[in-house]
Amino acid sequence: MLVTEQERLKSDIGTWLERYGRDRSALIPVLQEIQKKYTRISEYGMQVLADQLGIHPVEVYSVVSFYAFLDHKPKGKFVIRLCRTVSCDMQGKARVAQQLESDLGITFGETTSDGKFSLEWANCLGMCDQGPALLVNDIVYTRVTPAMVNDILETCRKTFGVYALESTHEEGHA
Amino acid sequence: MITPNHKAPLTFATIEPDAGLKAALAKPRVDLIAEITASQLKGRGGAGFPTGVKWNLAAAAQADTKYVICNADEGEPGTFKDRVLLSDHADLVFEGMTIGGYAIGSKIGILYLRGEYTYLRAHLDAVLAARRAKGLLGKNVAGKQGFEFDIEIRMGSGAYVCGEETALIESLEGHRGEPRNRPPFPVDTGLNKLPSVVNNVETFAWVTSILVKGSAWFKAIGTQRSTGLKIFSVSGDCKKPGIYEFPMGITVAKMLEAVGGSDAKAVQIGGASGHCVPASEFGRVIAFEDVSTGGSVIVFGAHRDMLHVAKNFLEFFVEESCGQCTPCRDGNPKLLGGVELLEQGRCSMRYLNELSSLGETMQIASKCGLGQSAPNAFLSIVKHFKDELMGRTQGEAH
Repeated sequence: MLVTEQERLKSDIGTWLERYGRDRSALIPVLQEIQKKYTRISEYGMQVLADQLGIHPVEVYSVVSFYAFLDHKPKGKFVIRLCRTVSCDMQGKARVAQQLESDLGITFGETTSDGKFSLEWANCLGMCDQGPALLVNDIVYTRVTPAMVNDILETCRKTFGVYALESTHEEGHA
Repeated sequence: MITPNHKAPLTFATIEPDAGLKAALAKPRVDLIAEITASQLKGRGGAGFPTGVKWNLAAAAQADTKYVICNADEGEPGTFKDRVLLSDHADLVFEGMTIGGYAIGSKIGILYLRGEYTYLRAHLDAVLAARRAKGLLGKNVAGKQGFEFDIEIRMGSGAYVCGEETALIESLEGHRGEPRNRPPFPVDTGLNKLPSVVNNVETFAWVTSILVKGSAWFKAIGTQRSTGLKIFSVSGDCKKPGIYEFPMGITVAKMLEAVGGSDAKAVQIGGASGHCVPASEFGRVIAFEDVSTGGSVIVFGAHRDMLHVAKNFLEFFVEESCGQCTPCRDGNPKLLGGVELLEQGRCSMRYLNELSSLGETMQIASKCGLGQSAPNAFLSIVKHFKDELMGRTQGEAH
């Protein structure tokens, strides 16, 4: 990691701690911010956060490793999470999964070599009456068919910044 | 992009905005809790604890700071009613939380929203901002002198177990979402060791409705032990999947008729942690005293392979077990291994019985409600579909 990026991460963590408060309850909201902006939570980030909150870095790592949406390893700019739970399964998730793997050239759990896409499974997305469903970062797609997969990926490829896709009104990241 | 197939007319649509809050603030706290208790409303997340009793305990607890927490970590497979309620009736939910704040003497409300529903966040923030602008949150709520209450939203990060109330509290405190031993219960030792009420999204919306329409109205619906109406999320092999509202005590058969799934061979009620009801038992009623549910209904048509269903549920629990206690952490992979043997047609009756007995042990010995209910689906599918599960030949198409 470049020193400049480390500096940037450190100053971001400081900003977020100001926003969420400097106690343990701020840990997960700050981790979520790091994950969103940097697509991963690096060891350096965990160390800085631990120092700031006065806890051991292992405490931070134990939290990062527990939650499915927090990750230590680098993720793609777009994380695609396909629901594998029973209702989506019954509505044809297997074929959507197959098509995602074919169109992206990776298997579930992997990230494309250009760093654009990560492909993951999700457990019940709460779209059971309109499956198969998938999430692209925060955006939900429902009634996905194998033929729709390419359109979804193209929409991502045409998007310059990740957050232009998102419904949040977070500023300064796009 | 999100368009439910079927959305039944809900009672919530007929509730006049802010009428419930005004009615609540006009009452002394004791009378307010008595009204909720009289309705016999039970928790709509699935566990079915009486809301009035919970609030009474939290109100009686001595502390300067208390919390009202809304559990919107809707992760149970087949459940999506809370998503619809937060999309269409968020005001009723926030109103219910505010009523809860007044009832127990709390100033702080927290909505714990699952990470998968991040797209709802902007809408919910806007609803909260509008309520603040109208004086329905903040100082002197709705003109009630001295009553201060506000609501913040906290996001989950993709952990099913955080729907368990003590795991949710751990998560809010910045820890792994591992359930705590109970007792002590959150009503006296909750968030930051302070008294906290944790209720489901739907429960808060019913609280508001009960304040508007009266506890007698609510109590007159349903069965003696399960009063009122319930929102159901219906998916699977039926003609009209979507959101429904039925009185408690409806039979499985009647519900299937309404959703266009009468030819089903089985229905999973209560999600992955619920029970699989075969066609021969469609006369059973959906209520806390018989088949209880948080609202998930998954219909299985005649062609569904029940072993595949059991496998899907077990894969879910293997993935989502928090790993803290042995029965759940090690039991679920063992049951999944059994399902794989059944797939190959290599599971003896003796071993299957041992697995069932392991499942029963998990029901008793797991630490939290989720671990205790993890084997339910497997056990009920094994109980009712032995002939379909056993003696498979290699490559058999199901």
